[in-house]
Amino acid sequence: MDDIWAGLAAAFRLIVTLDADLVEITLRSLQVSLSALAIACLIALPLGTWLAIRRFRYRRWAIAVLNALMGLPPVVVGLIVYLLLSRSGPFGVLGLLFTPTAMIIAQVIIITPLIASVTHQAMRDLWAEYHDLLISLNATPGQRILTLILDGRRALLTAALAGFGRAIGEVGAIMIVGGNIDHATRVLTTAIALETGRGDFALALGLGFVLILLALTVNLVTHALSRTEQEGRW
Amino acid sequence: MVTALLPVRVKQAVVRRRGKTLLGPVDLELGPRGFTIVLGPNGAGKTTLLKTIHGLSRLSSGHVKWSLPAAEARQRQGYVFQSPIMLRRSVRANLAYPLRLAGARQKDIAEAVEHWAGAIGLSGALDRPAPQLSGGEKQKLALARALIRSPDILFLDEPCANLDGRSMREIETLLQKAHDAGTRIVMSTHDLAQAQRLATDILFLFNGTVHESGPAEQCLRSPRTAELAAFLRGDILE
Repeated sequence: MDDIWAGLAAAFRLIVTLDADLVEITLRSLQVSLSALAIACLIALPLGTWLAIRRFRYRRWAIAVLNALMGLPPVVVGLIVYLLLSRSGPFGVLGLLFTPTAMIIAQVIIITPLIASVTHQAMRDLWAEYHDLLISLNATPGQRILTLILDGRRALLTAALAGFGRAIGEVGAIMIVGGNIDHATRVLTTAIALETGRGDFALALGLGFVLILLALTVNLVTHALSRTEQEGRW
Repeated sequence: MVTALLPVRVKQAVVRRRGKTLLGPVDLELGPRGFTIVLGPNGAGKTTLLKTIHGLSRLSSGHVKWSLPAAEARQRQGYVFQSPIMLRRSVRANLAYPLRLAGARQKDIAEAVEHWAGAIGLSGALDRPAPQLSGGEKQKLALARALIRSPDILFLDEPCANLDGRSMREIETLLQKAHDAGTRIVMSTHDLAQAQRLATDILFLFNGTVHESGPAEQCLRSPRTAELAAFLRGDILE
């Protein structure tokens, strides 16, 4: 029990003094996860919305596959991305393995199905509500998707936050494709795993608190920025 | 302006869903002028007929032929639903929406929004969320949103159902003005008094087919069919 209290105190000291390593790792985590989130949103929001409004032959299959992809084991994603980016792989020539870019690619693959699936479910309900009006007003398919994305922004925000939560807390895939290299690819989760293994609970706990704080802060800031939760602010 | 889109001809139109015939076969023609009231008991096919002509319901057989290509024809129609569909946006954004879709200039959009908000008495509520309006306000907003593009023909599916007398009068005034300005109106209603006030001609639907049609005065005063006569008496039709 004493170890835990000592660890907590040390962690608090690291945060208050803005320890250089802690700051660097935190910023890299944010850079990787927010980049992955932005790219995933660009793909997943229109895809989920398109699946909600478009009728085509294998639509049910597409939705089933999308939902199944939500359960992709991150370690397997990491392994596949590793093989693709390794020297002998098809994209080895790009030299991306063990770089933050490789970590972003892995996270995009992991969170895109999640964001697309949550988006699809939300947009399906909104489309049922708007369908007749948008058809009646002769909105083009592009205009329909844009309208649903704009008006369903609360649900999409939730989808994006779910994606961010998964990305920032992910460890398996980025450990494999990033390599947990100090001052290069070390992020909060991989650093926690490393420091725990080394017995440095102070830094591990400090990183853990920052991770929790980050997740909470990003959620609150996003809600505040969107202003969608305030009565009468549309 | 009106003559380019109309008349619209409906030929042998049939709508079937899950083995059940909801409408048809229906043959009719809507000319460039008039205020047509579609009458009929519940389940007669009034909504299906309006949606079919407008293009919201898929035909099982037959066709609806406008004087213009289908895509252009749709641009020049308006539709007001029985339960108004409000975009989750402000009153201003709801009014502006059809004009934005059509690529209108910002200045023209702002002017039209101001004009129509005034016409429906919502000038002071432009920045309120539309879903928070009362039922009557929502229906007036839906009507103004349909009229803001100056459609050649406007379909209304029981727009005054569940509204109080004041809201109904305001909506009828707006409809009369639109009609006087040259908009062809086709509206379904259960309200015979409203039909008497507004209609220039009547379409009486029963069991999915047009049982009687003609000038309003003739249909309402001396119906030719027993079904319309019974409906006008207030009998229950089965």
